Amino acid sequence: MSILVDKATRVVVQGITGREGAFHAARCREYGTTVVGGVTPGKGGTIHDDFPVWNTVADAVRAAGANCALIFVPPAGAADAIMEAAGSGVPLIVCITEGIPIGDMVRVKHFLGGTQSRLIGPNCPGVITPDHTKIGIMPGHIHRAGPIGVVSRSGTLTYEVVGQLTARGLGQSTCVGIGGDPVNGTSFVDVLKLFNEDAETRGIMMIGEIGGTAEEEAAAFIKARVDKPVVGFICGQTAPPGRRMGHAGAIIAGGKGTAAEKMAALEAAGVTMVKSPADMGATVARVMGR
Amino acid sequence: MKIHEYQAKQLLRDFGVPVPNGDVADTPAAARAIAERLQGRVVVKAQVHAGGRGKAGGIKLADDAGGAEAAARQIIGMRLKTPQTPPEGIEVRKVLVEEASAVDRELYLSATLDRGRSTHVVMASEAGGMDIEEVAAKTPEKIVREWAHPALGLADFQARRLAFGLGLPGEPFKQGVTLVRNLFRLYLAKDCSLAEINPLVVTKDGRVLALDAKLGFDDNALYREKDIVALRDVNEEDPLDVEASKYGLNYIKLDGNVGCMVNGAGLAMATMDIVKLAGGEPANFLDVGGGASPEQIENAFRILSSDPSVKAVFINVFGGILRVDRLAEGVITAVRKLGLTLPVVLRAEGTNVEQGKKMLADSGLALTMADDMWDGARKAVALARQAK
Repeated sequence: MSILVDKATRVVVQGITGREGAFHAARCREYGTTVVGGVTPGKGGTIHDDFPVWNTVADAVRAAGANCALIFVPPAGAADAIMEAAGSGVPLIVCITEGIPIGDMVRVKHFLGGTQSRLIGPNCPGVITPDHTKIGIMPGHIHRAGPIGVVSRSGTLTYEVVGQLTARGLGQSTCVGIGGDPVNGTSFVDVLKLFNEDAETRGIMMIGEIGGTAEEEAAAFIKARVDKPVVGFICGQTAPPGRRMGHAGAIIAGGKGTAAEKMAALEAAGVTMVKSPADMGATVARVMGR
Repeated sequence: MKIHEYQAKQLLRDFGVPVPNGDVADTPAAARAIAERLQGRVVVKAQVHAGGRGKAGGIKLADDAGGAEAAARQIIGMRLKTPQTPPEGIEVRKVLVEEASAVDRELYLSATLDRGRSTHVVMASEAGGMDIEEVAAKTPEKIVREWAHPALGLADFQARRLAFGLGLPGEPFKQGVTLVRNLFRLYLAKDCSLAEINPLVVTKDGRVLALDAKLGFDDNALYREKDIVALRDVNEEDPLDVEASKYGLNYIKLDGNVGCMVNGAGLAMATMDIVKLAGGEPANFLDVGGGASPEQIENAFRILSSDPSVKAVFINVFGGILRVDRLAEGVITAVRKLGLTLPVVLRAEGTNVEQGKKMLADSGLALTMADDMWDGARKAVALARQAK
């Protein structure tokens, strides 16, 4: 088994006629994902790179049984695209878009509260169950199927840890990028809960960042509920306060959200913390007895 | 994005939040003219994007127009050094000249994002004039919080609870309710990340005024806030930061000597961390983005090499969307074109890595190749040290 995605996942790509949307829809399909087509308002009824295009997400649900939305819509329209997917009853929404106004995401969070949909992201690489289903922009070839669940706020740093794991023969059950924005859909806690319940996942690698308190909440959850080994890394140990380090969410504000605080909280929860990003894979291997 | 106090106060005025009468001046003569118009005692305040101005000598009281001119002469052109400025300080180019208020009480009011709850929060406190983080840590009961709905806004009962939380009686209470609602309206309408009034004061004659004001804006929303973007003052920013933002690069200058060029914010932060672990100091945070083009790589190189403190460059790339062969192409072009003499350490992994490494090896450039992050960090730190 895996978390979030399985053989029944049928993906509709919102923003499929854009450069990124078209490129990654094709890469996901090559990987083995069932991509039923895309949505671009006003281009319904056309075919784009062999993919059927609909005007609305509701049309894609009706015509092709789409049950997952992958969003590449530019920032100005991305919040609306998420709400459209949720309003069409799509249970899983993965939003790749970077740079959505924070005020828009606050509205999206309130909107999602009245639906059954789960949002992954925004500003994230997506979700992959190696050798099976890829819903996002991560390079598929670095992944291998296996027992490690990976959850992260960062994109390329996730590729880094996956590369290190695969090089040591440790495959991944599912890798989830929850995104680098201050307001996002799915938290560390949500994903940790799923990994803890997933029979195939035997160990968890968690990558956090400076800013906010999501890692501290994860620490409290791990202490109370997670019985699988967890290895953690927090990036931004050397970041100065008050400066936003690329991600809108990665900022030490008012002395809060430092890497040291987060590492201490996770350590106290029994997580094996890694100091150097070069040692992530080796530490997981050690903890897993490899 | 940040703006100046005088710009923030104009926005507050526009949204019906009362502020002291005053205007901005960039010469002592102009400051004198404003003081003459205002009459009576005035405050002359340095306009820089940093707090702690009072203690640093950037805020002066004057009894009359002549005093205002003298104060402005002292402040304009000075390099103001506060705990929030770079060590060399910021040059003051403008002063705000305002009527001096007879203050009875100092209060606190702000609106910002509550990340934990994923919604907006308005905070009010009777403990004004102080650092609110300190109040929150020591006496949290002195802060009243109301969480607002993003579409419905702040309800009237919430504005009343906040105004009661400020301890406002009678007539000032009515002013306070309107003021709280108007501040939140401004916060929401202009995509603020922070709208803070500290202190909010009650004057001896019973008026409620924003004596100081700090507005920050969500960078992601600037595309739809043209009037706010027009308020940007690039004099307040590091010139290299300004240059980088022109090319869509995420760059932050730091104090070390190992220049870092990385794709992705998380990996860029991790790269800074590993440079430090290897015994060095990163000179910057630089995220060239997930799919950096050869032009962006070139611009990134130009920015890194124009920082005189950079003694070696560490390129750390995990190519996903960004193919390593294209990165190699960008690096080769940039190094040749800029005639770069800095030592460069390159660690690359991911899509088309073999092809990219071969291109770099064949280019004849004196690049140091690294096997992994740790190897790269060690080599870059060693090269930076030798260059000293």
